[in-house]
Amino acid sequence: MMMPCFKQRTDKKRKEADLDCLLHRKSIEYRIRLLKYIKNARAGHTGGSLSCVDILNVLYNCVLNVSPETADDPRRDRYIQSKGHSVEALYVVLADRGFFPESDLETLCRFRSPYVGHPTRKIRGIEHNTGALGHGLAFGAGAALAGKMDGLGYRVFVLLGDGELAEGSNWESMMTAAHYGLDNLTAIVDRNQLQITGRTEEVCALESLVDKFAAFGWSVREVDGHDVTALRKVLSSVPFEVGRPSVVIAHTVKGKGVSFMENDAKWHHGVPSDEEYERAMEELRAQLEEAEP
Amino acid sequence: MSGAAAMETAKANLDVFSETLLALARKNRNILVVTSDSRGSGKLVPFAQALPGQIVEVGIAEQNLVGIAAGLASAGKIVFAVSPGSFLTARSLEQIKNDVCYSDHPVKLVGISSGVSYGALGSTHHSLHDLAVLRAIPNCTIVVPADNFETAEAVKAAAEMPHPVFLRFGKRPMPPLHRPGTKFTVGKSLLVRRGNDIAFIATGETVVQAAGACDLLAREGISARVLSMHTVKPLDEEAVLQAAQECGAVVTVEEHSCAGGLGEACAAVLLQSGVSVPFRIVGFPDEETVSGSQLDMMAYYGISPEGLAETARTLLNRKRL
Repeated sequence: MMMPCFKQRTDKKRKEADLDCLLHRKSIEYRIRLLKYIKNARAGHTGGSLSCVDILNVLYNCVLNVSPETADDPRRDRYIQSKGHSVEALYVVLADRGFFPESDLETLCRFRSPYVGHPTRKIRGIEHNTGALGHGLAFGAGAALAGKMDGLGYRVFVLLGDGELAEGSNWESMMTAAHYGLDNLTAIVDRNQLQITGRTEEVCALESLVDKFAAFGWSVREVDGHDVTALRKVLSSVPFEVGRPSVVIAHTVKGKGVSFMENDAKWHHGVPSDEEYERAMEELRAQLEEAEP
Repeated sequence: MSGAAAMETAKANLDVFSETLLALARKNRNILVVTSDSRGSGKLVPFAQALPGQIVEVGIAEQNLVGIAAGLASAGKIVFAVSPGSFLTARSLEQIKNDVCYSDHPVKLVGISSGVSYGALGSTHHSLHDLAVLRAIPNCTIVVPADNFETAEAVKAAAEMPHPVFLRFGKRPMPPLHRPGTKFTVGKSLLVRRGNDIAFIATGETVVQAAGACDLLAREGISARVLSMHTVKPLDEEAVLQAAQECGAVVTVEEHSCAGGLGEACAAVLLQSGVSVPFRIVGFPDEETVSGSQLDMMAYYGISPEGLAETARTLLNRKRL
């Protein structure tokens, strides 16, 4: 996709376009890096990391009020990655934002490395240990409730997998978040339609997700989860309604960015061979060249 | 204090828990209670009335209870997550393991009406597994107070602890077991009766039964030691070893399955230290239990003054062989 980087625009619009151009390039770079570390570790959740990396990119570069310097500030925004298996995407984004040196990721999944295959608080910038599914939303609701009690004004964002929504605990948390009017809580569903066994709708149908969230008292928006402009706009406009938690259903493609990984459940935790890795890099480098200003 | 006088001052540990917590929370607005439709059984209605802004109700949703408690604790709240022990430690075990213990958010997990407090309601409401499952999870201190004093001290200590803790309470009035001025420290057992012929190492509401057995045995000239092992993890290993070495026979007592609880913890300490003495774990067998009142159930499985005294006599006979 060519980004309209240099069209004549008003200053504000030009700045936004420049930002989106930068974000677009960053997403490709993140994909290159996360594949590199998955290949190096010979382990990782490739498909889901590729589907959610645009969301993480926009969150950490445009939306979240958090930095390495403010990672312990009580007023910081919180990000909880409930779909913890896509940790490789989170690691490369956190490294890029300066939470730790990217060279640390050379140890990903190695013996005694703190960079294990799911997020842990041992890593600066990570708020909560996740990996078992259906945990992040309750934790996020608790953190959001504490923020409301203390009037600290921070926001909590929780990334959920779509397959993860079969865990009943999510729906418990949705009820509580609506009951307490947690409009400082935003859930983002990485709606890539696939889980390890196959299509979500064939494994345990989720649709209509919009209606379900709405029925649980949430304010719902849908977005193309790879369109950084749309993501930036929707994630910057929370809460959608005062007094209600917000949810963004981000329509994504599992394996996004690498043609032969897209929409194929085998890449849920598939690790590319040498030849597949080279093909993937060629594709991503070509995308990067195409995105040059 | 006479038995009758002691019972006059006896309250349920659960009542003392809620009173102590209310007193602490009045002084510290960061103290919160999270309940899963369990404020009534947790004796927390007065807390809710006095401090409505410091109680979070999540409805009948124990997984959510623990997850939300972890999120609140992550933001600096001092959180007591209160639910019947049977549900708290089974329904939300994964949240306890991951969101609290592994993530090290200092939630105070409070199992109310634990053991067979809800005896007549049947096995769904018994928590005879909780000590076993929690012992196997790193970063979880386990405290099972025996009487009102231990309860009040445990609640105060838990409020200060920077890491996760599980507190286990029953709802039967408990007579005082300790003299005024006794010092309570998490991880250090308390001596309830001095003695050197045999040792009872008991926890929670079974300590009073062991003390009763001690009194029966005293009439026969047998001096039994009784330890209140209120902290099941980390275990006071020194006291366990000392009891075995000085008394030469040990009976452990718990309102819990014989599998994985206090008894097996003590056995491991003794065996791995090369100490071998006549030893018996008294608890609930690995079978579907009978149901009935807590006292009837405990007596059926030998957790009564008479039953424990009989177990002690059997062990003393082995000791003399």
